[in-house]
Amino acid sequence: MKKKGFKPLAMLLCTILLTGLLAACGGTASKGSPEGGAGAGKDATAGGKTEETAEEVTITLLVDNTQDSVNTANAYIEAFKKKSPNITVELETRPGGSEGDNIVKTRLATGDMTDVFFYNSGSLMQALTPEKNLLDLTNEPFQANVIDSFKPTVSYNGKVYGVPTSSTTAGGWFYNKKVYADLGLKVPKTWSELIANNEKIKAAGLTPVIGTFKDTWTSQLVVLADYYNVQAQVPTFAEDFTARKATNADTPAALRSFEKLQELNDKGFMNKDLLATTYDAGLKMLAEGKGAHYPMLSFATPAIVQNFPDQIDNIGFFAQPGDDVGKNGLTIWMPGAGYIYKESKRIEEAKQFLAFVASVEGTVTVSAVSKPTGPYLIKDAVVPDDVPALVKDMLPYFETDKTAPALEFVSPIKGPSLEQITVEVGSGIKSAKEGAAAYDKDVEKQAKQLGLEGW
Amino acid sequence: MNPIFKRTYSYLFLVPAAIIYFVIFILPTILSFFFSLTRWTLTEWEFIGLENFVTFFNEQSLSIGFKNTLIYAVVTSALKVVLGLLLGVLLTSKIRTKDYLRSVIFFPTLVSTIAVGIAFSMMMHPSQGIINTSLAAIGISGPDWLGDTRLALLSVALVDVWKGVGFATVIYIAGILSIPGEYYEALQIDGGNAWHKFWNIIVPLSRPATNSVIILAFIGGLRSFDLIWTMTKGGPGFTTDLIASIIYKQYQGGFYGLATAGNVILFLIVSALAFPLYTYLNRREVDL
Repeated sequence: MKKKGFKPLAMLLCTILLTGLLAACGGTASKGSPEGGAGAGKDATAGGKTEETAEEVTITLLVDNTQDSVNTANAYIEAFKKKSPNITVELETRPGGSEGDNIVKTRLATGDMTDVFFYNSGSLMQALTPEKNLLDLTNEPFQANVIDSFKPTVSYNGKVYGVPTSSTTAGGWFYNKKVYADLGLKVPKTWSELIANNEKIKAAGLTPVIGTFKDTWTSQLVVLADYYNVQAQVPTFAEDFTARKATNADTPAALRSFEKLQELNDKGFMNKDLLATTYDAGLKMLAEGKGAHYPMLSFATPAIVQNFPDQIDNIGFFAQPGDDVGKNGLTIWMPGAGYIYKESKRIEEAKQFLAFVASVEGTVTVSAVSKPTGPYLIKDAVVPDDVPALVKDMLPYFETDKTAPALEFVSPIKGPSLEQITVEVGSGIKSAKEGAAAYDKDVEKQAKQLGLEGW
Repeated sequence: MNPIFKRTYSYLFLVPAAIIYFVIFILPTILSFFFSLTRWTLTEWEFIGLENFVTFFNEQSLSIGFKNTLIYAVVTSALKVVLGLLLGVLLTSKIRTKDYLRSVIFFPTLVSTIAVGIAFSMMMHPSQGIINTSLAAIGISGPDWLGDTRLALLSVALVDVWKGVGFATVIYIAGILSIPGEYYEALQIDGGNAWHKFWNIIVPLSRPATNSVIILAFIGGLRSFDLIWTMTKGGPGFTTDLIASIIYKQYQGGFYGLATAGNVILFLIVSALAFPLYTYLNRREVDL
């Protein structure tokens, strides 16, 4: 009968379908971790060899995919290869920003991390569950090379987990020296001097302050770069803020940071199309002198050097001024750090690599491909003489010890919505007070999600 | 043998599809209900009851998110219905370039949403974008499409309509073409004009098409994310945040439990709005 013949066929088809499905599943599973799988395989073979010949080891390194990071990482890798010819470092890249944060967290969570990885210091590093995922480097001899002020930003419960991978960065105001010279202006030491300068620039028909809120992160600079002034007035703010004893809205010094941003908008100092202007467009406005000031991180320096090489000498830099002329100092951003994955199978080699990164030799290697945007955090390392003038503008603050790390390096808390809130304050949707209060709520949410004590 | 295997088509045929459906749909859905009650770091979780939901409802931009999502869904689905119907009528009438126009109308549907978003956000640039420069050429100073807090959401909704109207039109074309010719003959005998044809025949009898368009566009609008994210990222500030973009930002912040709670809320809202709408629309459907 027809029916009888059909049954075995049906069973057969089913079996084929199911096996196909299972095979597909297996395929995806191994595909999910191409790097990890390949790396592990290599490690195994290398490990086998080590016993006999002690040679040829490969370790992996993960960095973000910006041109500068990749150049830096390749320079380290090449120089390190010359020093330790038996260790090859394989480079992997990831996106930057929040997407990159997610990738790093996911790879750590799934046990698929590279042996060494470069990642932010400060609050973002705190979110990586360091005790579980990162190798404790507190007692490594190379930590002696690292300047002490950096260590707290890569520490968790008193243990140090990383070494700096590049130079410091400062947050402050880029300004166009030509505009300043044309209008006979002086570098401001107080906020009111800055406002007065802006009035004159505006009267001259130029944009006093460049706003590039299309790239929302750039809107935070006025608030974040004001932290030197906050801590100059309230030295315990970071501690109290972390312990939920102080808020932005109720601490006048902290609220002042938001008010400064609001004032820039109230007085019409920023370009009208700031919500549609990007970071790149902002740098262009600054270099071409259409805008006089740009509150930004000094890491923008290489981009200006690359895109506007003939204009770089016209660009200067000053710290965001406070209200007191005697307390003028610079808010600095600590560089990212190199970390070792705790479950790495190549811990010894990874340590050797980080020891190289944290040496004067390492900084020389890097400065050849990426001009420092501030001093290095390695003892005895020097900033080369050929850095752009605006980096030299920053050095006096370091020499006179008038610097403070940004809040995100001294407190594990940084609310994720700050950039949206500063867009609102900077474009007049919210007042400074409302913005500060909204940020306090955002911070509360983050602290609760991190499970911090006292929140 | 077991009766299950006696049927012409064994239930075993369902197994592959069922496994896929269970593993990548049912299981994550159930798990998400669980993880929405926890503080979750992808590897470790801690049960915290309804706290995530409380936090989510306290989220400052959430009330805006609800409102925006609803406005967005209503505006896009309404415009898609109206424009889709009109274009459907136009493209089923006897015009010469019908086939060409059909492809032109449908073309935006084929383009990647991200590409559309990027292209339009450049065209909507307040001073350099092509829209405002053309407006300036005829003496109108155009608004800041994506920067004006009152306009931004509508600008994005319009782009969504531009992109999605082709699909609605195709559904309408199918609906209108399936209306039997007898109705038109009856109309001719009764001496009705073009308006009667449109209002008394096409509109009521393409009701199944209207229902499909409304349901698809409305649900699509409620969970819309990609276009708003490429064009405004929920900004300026939080003014164009939709529920989906709020959820995304929680994931970005690493608040996995909280974000999952947001997804559960979105799931409940979509079902709470879509199911009654669906039954209501179906009840009013007319049999041909």
